[in-house]
Amino acid sequence: MATVKKVSAIKNTPKHLLGIQNLSVLEAKEILTEAKSFIKLNRGSSKKLDVLRGKTQINLFFEPSTRTQSSFDLAGKRLGADVMTMNMSNSALKKGETLIDTAMTLNAMHPDIIVIRHQDSGAPNLLSQKVNCTVINAGDGRREHPTQALLDALTIINRKGNIEGLKIAICGDILHSRVARSNIYLMNMLGAEVNVIAPKTLMPKGIDNLGVKSYTDMKKGLDGCDIVMMLRLQNERMQGSFLPSKREYYEFFGLTPEKLKFAKKDALLMHPGPMNRGVEIDTKLADDINVSLVKEQVELGVAVRMACLKLYCK
Amino acid sequence: MKEKILTNLRIVDPSQEIDEIGNIVIDETGKIKSIGKGSETSKSVEKINLKGLIAIPGIVDMKAFVGEPGFEYKENFRTLSQAALAGGVTSIVTMPNTKPIIDNVSMVDFIIRRGRDKAKVNLFPCASITRQVEGKQMTEFGLLKARGIIGFSDVNKTIQNTELMSRIMNYASDIDVLIMQHAEDYELSKNSCINEGEVATRLGLQGVSDIAEKIIIERDLSLLSKFPCRYHINQISSKNSLDVIKKNKSNGVKFSTGVSINNLSLNQNDIGEFRTFLKLSPPLRSEEDRLSLIEGIKNDLIDVIVSDHIPEDEESKRLPFAQAATGSIGIETLLSLSLELYHNDSLPLEKIIKCLTFNPAKILKIDKGTLKKGSDADICIFDLEKPWMVKAEDLKSKSKNTAIENRKLQGKVKMTLLKGEVVYSD
Repeated sequence: MATVKKVSAIKNTPKHLLGIQNLSVLEAKEILTEAKSFIKLNRGSSKKLDVLRGKTQINLFFEPSTRTQSSFDLAGKRLGADVMTMNMSNSALKKGETLIDTAMTLNAMHPDIIVIRHQDSGAPNLLSQKVNCTVINAGDGRREHPTQALLDALTIINRKGNIEGLKIAICGDILHSRVARSNIYLMNMLGAEVNVIAPKTLMPKGIDNLGVKSYTDMKKGLDGCDIVMMLRLQNERMQGSFLPSKREYYEFFGLTPEKLKFAKKDALLMHPGPMNRGVEIDTKLADDINVSLVKEQVELGVAVRMACLKLYCK
Repeated sequence: MKEKILTNLRIVDPSQEIDEIGNIVIDETGKIKSIGKGSETSKSVEKINLKGLIAIPGIVDMKAFVGEPGFEYKENFRTLSQAALAGGVTSIVTMPNTKPIIDNVSMVDFIIRRGRDKAKVNLFPCASITRQVEGKQMTEFGLLKARGIIGFSDVNKTIQNTELMSRIMNYASDIDVLIMQHAEDYELSKNSCINEGEVATRLGLQGVSDIAEKIIIERDLSLLSKFPCRYHINQISSKNSLDVIKKNKSNGVKFSTGVSINNLSLNQNDIGEFRTFLKLSPPLRSEEDRLSLIEGIKNDLIDVIVSDHIPEDEESKRLPFAQAATGSIGIETLLSLSLELYHNDSLPLEKIIKCLTFNPAKILKIDKGTLKKGSDADICIFDLEKPWMVKAEDLKSKSKNTAIENRKLQGKVKMTLLKGEVVYSD
């Protein structure tokens, strides 16, 4: 009998990870399965593999980032790649170089993977058209943050066993959030029901067409939810007069132990970080290990990024 | 020049409500001598048989940007006129947002001379409504008009200051100048680059609501009822704006309205994954909006179809969507893309031609857009059925930022005449 060769969904499709929107269910599941295998490795004492030995990974960060950048950095190193991180927020762009020029310069150095974070939506797509290597989106504008959604999915699967059939609430500044968008696509794709909760000024138009139910009331929106994802409220939004005050926001949309009771009894709390304690989340709740998955998210983030790097790098 | 006769054409001239097979006779001075069936001619004439083709008055495009002066690398008078003639456009209203801006008399003299030397089309330059298009102080309407300015426009900028706008209208009403407004409330449109809605949400781009357009139209039409000047809304893009226009027209307010062929033929979904050539102002909106604009033309709420020809070099477009320049070229494809609306049964041919010829000429008060006896023989002759595909590299514009690359169109210009002379033939 002929042996059945394991077929990778990703190897047969374009080599960039630009967003969950471009991903098929098979691809998403393949990444998650691969990531699972790295969890144990990351917890062990010897963490280094050589699957990406000889490969060059450039982290191109046009926007400041702590956890995503360090997570990608570590992921690449653990797989044996040579990792270079370029902090672009005060670099060539200020000298008038365009994204394309920067890309072409880097491309000439023959990297195998470019991990990009950019403040403009669609920048990774543009980059991917101009370089010869794999492009992985580490967050673009308010469009997508695919690895964040994937790590969130892995965290949920790790705790709940499965995503299918769960009810997930995403609360906060949906309008400006790429994390919310990527999670909406991925959780829907994996069979969850998604509620989004935000004040009207922070709710994007046409969100219902993305396959979610939208609420402005935490009580209604959290009802029956298994997972509560809180989003960071960016302080700069206050100046744009999206909201009257932090105090008022916390009153109606901040997650407190009382509001969490609207969700299911065993509901778990997630946050992509960094957190504004006392603005979108009660500080004790954020640290409650029985409820909060925040630390686990960060941990599994490395595993997910390792999986992405491994699967997408040719 | 010898007398010419163009024979066996289907002549469509909305200015005379003509749609018939016949001949066009052009006299030695380049004027139309006669049109119709029984056109008698002497023997010593040049005879051109154009059986199966349609003749319409040369198209009048009310909104195009010519790069001169200051942006010659994007477009110049020569390339613009080549593109125009290949599209059957013989009269162009040029925008004043050049570098320097056309807001003073000496600039007007310059571009009129320059255009006369380099361009082979009729040029009708606009000056800006406000100095440096800053929206602060009105330009010298009277002096500029006397030097040959056809109308006033801040192009894709809007006069935000209501007091200033009321004064502009008040002043303009006395000296019979045309004020062309771009309708966009800046506070509402801040940082936006696309229509507000699902597409913007998916692409993660800042959207602008159609309210930003509507609110300015409502404001201006309120002012207009008090200060009745010649007022034209450059381009509308939404159903909401049409409702306002309808209400005001039925109340007897007099003004005119334009629409870009892009907003009639494309919608926000065509932007796909960040196609910056489709970043336009006003933005492409929903399919419902597009269909309502077609209805607007049918019901005479919209008078003019423009190309909104904005040449942009590749560098300005090869950027993340939010940073990329706004606009697309379109003067060469204006007619062909408009004919798509005929072929897909959206609009009757006569109506399309009217919005491209007679209506703009009427608004501008120029003796163009007609094949009446005695007028200049500016004629566009096209094959209504000919299929072709838009290829950016084949377009004559210096910039290649077409919004309809690879689109399959039906109907193509075969010949363009300017004052009786064949200036383009395919």
